[in-house]
Amino acid sequence: MSHVKMKVNGRDVSASVEGRTLLSSYLRDLLGMTGTHVGCDTSQCGACVVLVNGQAIKSCTAFAADLDGAEVTTVEGMANPDGSLGRIQQAFQDYHGLQCGFCTPGMVMSTAALLAENPKPTEEEVRHYLEGNICRCTGYQNIVRAVMAASGQDAGALAAE
Amino acid sequence: MHNFEFVKPSTLADAVAALGDGEAQPLSGGQTLIPSMKARLNAPGLLVSLTGIAELKGVCREGDMLVIGAATTHATVAADAAADFPGLAALAGQIGDHAVRNRGTVGGSLANNNPSACYPAAALGTGATIVTNAREIAADDYFQGMFTTALEEGEIITSIRFPIPQKAAYAKFLQPAPRFALTVVVVAQYASGVRVAVTGASEGGVFRWAEAEAALSAKFDADAIAGLSHSSDGMISDLHGTPEYRAHLVRVMTQRAVRAAL
Ligand SMILES: Cc1cc2nc3c(=O)[nH]c(=O)nc-3n(C[C@H](O)[C@H](O)[C@H](O)COP(=O)(O)OP(=O)(O)OC[C@H]3O[C@@H](n4cnc5c(N)ncnc54)[C@H](O)[C@@H]3O)c2cc1C
Ligand code: FES
Ligand code: FES
Repeated sequence: MSHVKMKVNGRDVSASVEGRTLLSSYLRDLLGMTGTHVGCDTSQCGACVVLVNGQAIKSCTAFAADLDGAEVTTVEGMANPDGSLGRIQQAFQDYHGLQCGFCTPGMVMSTAALLAENPKPTEEEVRHYLEGNICRCTGYQNIVRAVMAASGQDAGALAAE
Repeated sequence: MHNFEFVKPSTLADAVAALGDGEAQPLSGGQTLIPSMKARLNAPGLLVSLTGIAELKGVCREGDMLVIGAATTHATVAADAAADFPGLAALAGQIGDHAVRNRGTVGGSLANNNPSACYPAAALGTGATIVTNAREIAADDYFQGMFTTALEEGEIITSIRFPIPQKAAYAKFLQPAPRFALTVVVVAQYASGVRVAVTGASEGGVFRWAEAEAALSAKFDADAIAGLSHSSDGMISDLHGTPEYRAHLVRVMTQRAVRAAL
């Protein structure tokens, strides 16, 4: 066992981990932060994406012990300070960018990473960037709309599929 | 997955010492190793993380070479190789998805030598040198069949030296479900001739296509290989494509890579 410290959504946290403890398990099982979802657990679906030192990674495919000292942002950190939905979350709600919601934490975190790199992406750039985030429900159209809206662009202008 | 001891040295010397333990294995981006440990295809007693070793990271130009540290992520190569070797940056930028690119590394990809991976084609197609803690290995000697390389137990790739070509490009035929390639071709033109390397097609892993190299060295134009066809002997056969289909893709993707390079 080793002791791993991180800053998660601005808060200092620490927990004892085994070598094999994944970041997803550190967040969900040790810190009780179940906003991060584990879909496939085989690095295929993107439901578990979080930001580590500002970069999107799959938390099911990184060991907590390898990330000692990291700054992590999860979907819980995307709300406004007063607890209301943040800009990206609100856009997902407004544009029906989710149905069951299982993929949504990863979609929101990938969107946050995309908009930090590229504040006004084209539709094609959004689709390319989100290719590692799988959604079984929505057919993606409304997710792309939500991302366009979150970037302050006209989501209504997207062609219907 | 089975549990293991974990260490994260900050120098190469400490990593090499830790890997002296017969149960130990290096961990780089973990994008291949962690899934394989979950599937219990791999159960090291000790993982030695390479991600805390500054001397294994970075992209740096040295004369006609682009030298890339083994623990450099695909995302960093995509960004930092763009000015000196745009074909290589483009290849790195198309691997997997953005989250995979933020963790996965050049050294991990070459050590693993997945028959469908992109970097083996880049290393063989440019005649790169694989530098380890012990020696330098020419790409032509390094790849020894799928998932097999010249690396010895406990040997760590430290950097890769890519000769910068006059012109180069790669063409990837995407297999959209796993985001790996059905076939990748890297074409690179040097003063000494043209090299063509292919992954995703052969059961023997990455290979050079000598006939196309000769034709393209004589005339660097997609039409120069229009009449060539690669044999389907030894090509991968699976539900995504027959050996004949893959053999056909080899020529088509080589032509696309040449057109992209011009
Ligand atoms: C969803 C998904 C899609 C992907 N798509 C692609 C793709 O399109 N193209 C592609 O090429 N790859 C793809 N990959 C693989 C990805 O590029 C991996 O990152 C890469 O193959 C392994 O690199 P790593 O740094 O993660 O290595 P790890 O998983 O950490 O290690 C892999 C192996 O190499 C050994 N190793 C690691 N570093 C060294 C070193 N420096 N010296 C000696 N041995 C070492 C390890 O012990 C292990 O056996 C994909 C992966 C995923 C999960
Ligand atoms: S749970 Fe991590 S990628 Fe699916
Ligand atoms: S909303 Fe159900 S998986 Fe995306």
